[in-house]
Amino acid sequence: MSSPDAKDSHRQRKTVVTIEDLCKSYMLGHMELPVLKGLDLSFYEGEYVSIMGPSGSGKSTLLNILGCLDKPTSGRYLLGTDDVSTLDDNQLSAIRGKRIGFVFQSFNLIRQLNILENIEVAMYYQHVPKHQRRQRATMLAERVGLGDRIRHRPFELSGGQQQRVAIARALANDPLIILADEPTGNLDSQSGAEILEILNELNAQGKTIIVVTHDEQISSQTHRSVHLLDGQIERIQSNGTGE
Amino acid sequence: MLSRILAILLISLRSLWMHRLRSGLTMLGIVFGVASVISMLAIGEGASQQAQQQIAHLGSTNIILKTVKPPDQEVADASEQTIQEYGLRYADAERFRETIPDAQVVVPVRRKPKQVFYQSRRITAEIVGTVPWYTELAPIKVLLGRFLTPMDMHYSQAICVIDETVLDNLFKFDDPIGQDIKISGEYYRVVGVVRQLSAVSGVQDDTSMQSSAQSNGVGGAVYIALTTMKNRFGETEVQFGGSTGMSGEKVELSEITIKVSSMEHVLPTRDVLANLLERHHKKKDYQIIVPLELLRQAARTKRLFSIVLGSIAAISLLVGGIGIMNIMLATVSERTREIGIRRALGARKSDIIVQFLSETVLLTLIGGLLGMALGACIPILVTVFGKMPTVITPGAMILSFGISAGIGVTFGLYPAYQAANMDPIESLRHE
Repeated sequence: MSSPDAKDSHRQRKTVVTIEDLCKSYMLGHMELPVLKGLDLSFYEGEYVSIMGPSGSGKSTLLNILGCLDKPTSGRYLLGTDDVSTLDDNQLSAIRGKRIGFVFQSFNLIRQLNILENIEVAMYYQHVPKHQRRQRATMLAERVGLGDRIRHRPFELSGGQQQRVAIARALANDPLIILADEPTGNLDSQSGAEILEILNELNAQGKTIIVVTHDEQISSQTHRSVHLLDGQIERIQSNGTGE
Repeated sequence: MLSRILAILLISLRSLWMHRLRSGLTMLGIVFGVASVISMLAIGEGASQQAQQQIAHLGSTNIILKTVKPPDQEVADASEQTIQEYGLRYADAERFRETIPDAQVVVPVRRKPKQVFYQSRRITAEIVGTVPWYTELAPIKVLLGRFLTPMDMHYSQAICVIDETVLDNLFKFDDPIGQDIKISGEYYRVVGVVRQLSAVSGVQDDTSMQSSAQSNGVGGAVYIALTTMKNRFGETEVQFGGSTGMSGEKVELSEITIKVSSMEHVLPTRDVLANLLERHHKKKDYQIIVPLELLRQAARTKRLFSIVLGSIAAISLLVGGIGIMNIMLATVSERTREIGIRRALGARKSDIIVQFLSETVLLTLIGGLLGMALGACIPILVTVFGKMPTVITPGAMILSFGISAGIGVTFGLYPAYQAANMDPIESLRHE
């Protein structure tokens, strides 16, 4: 449970994510290829964390495991108070739907659905009643500044707008954590800045955000930066920003 | 729950609508498959109902004996007589009435095609010499006047009863009752007009009648008392020409129909009749027709017919189903990314299965409905242009609808299963 960098100014808060001795290896033919080699990490409620590292360092793998899209080979992953490293496929789906909000580099909106419906999708799988879905989706669309575009299709929006829809969608089920994978990677600097602004705002409202990025500028805006190298934590840097 | 199903279907409809052309083409396979199943079954059913109706009109408790000309070899034996005598006789009818207890009604009939004249008009009609109780076998509705009576029989009256065809051809504008029509140089007074309720007498008619009726384009019947017919026409028909210069035939009755009290008596009575006839007829100059047997045979044939037609059509349905599966597999791989997104957003495998399955089922159901509509039209066209009777049974409709839904599920399961089992990480990366 110890976090060596917890000596920073953060008030002692509930941990949202705890990983202990997390290992992940892939089988390449008969060869075992370790990608994550025993990570220990904790993220606190309301924290804004960036995960950095060169390609091949295991960032994506860590993100997939954090997002419950993948299972660790060994080690524990506590999301909230639940150990999710042992759950089956259906339980993982439920966890993904309820507790995790994804923001992808390439937005990943469903193109045959309009903005409102895209935001609703995550709620749909949690069996939220229709009128409630509609209401919340409209509210979220307005919150990311797209209240007037709810009937548009994704391809009718700019990249920045699409990413805003994706953020709204990630918020739909009021998740414990938001996982953002290079959220500004496909955007021009102007839109990127807007997206970061929204993320900052969300964090300011108390959302826990974990962002995977190459971009030093983004990581400098976060509270802490976890630097990965070759499947291990190279260093954890406290940025002293925020709050 | 219902609203959720509706929502799922609505979403599926949207996805199908996005690829209208593809969905439409895929659907065509089902449309034609279902349409062909329905129309094949309708044609089969129509044919069998027609056959059954015809047979049923012959009467399932009836046994029909018919005069047939014996084969040529036996004719040679009698060639020195020049007049050939064969067929059912009055004595046969009498004998049946006396010896067969189950025979409720015995109706002897003699038929002969003749030209019938009234003033300047003419028609070739079948002269039916019969008895007053003929009506017990062939349902007849008297439109005007009356049918034959025992008195007519007894006195061999020169009266006749005509049917509607004759009425239309000879008496377009006149009241026929009391008028005289001329047949073979003799006059008969018309006392009644009847309508034959079973329009199948043509089936029983001997071929000479049919051919003459066809050549004139008209048919029709004139009923006269059997005794009158015997007196006026005689039994011998003489033809001139041929190698001997003259030849003749002597036939007393064309047909005897026996009605028994119930269906169980039909087959035993048939055997008794066969024995009796065999004893009294040297030559095989008669034919025994049992409608009940024909009815059973027709039922068997019908089943076979329907099975054959149905399975041919079912093959086209199967091909349609394979087409759907093919397209769905393509769709699944094309929408890999969407599947990944949905999985990341919390969709379980079963949600993905439901989504793709509902698309396939919807596709086949819409196809099935269109196919039913088309399938309902084709038999009508067949009836109108092909002059073939068709009957669309609700059973065929339900069957083909069920089959198309079944095809949707069957051929949709595999693609849906494949979609559900994609690795979400891989599919999110998929371009």
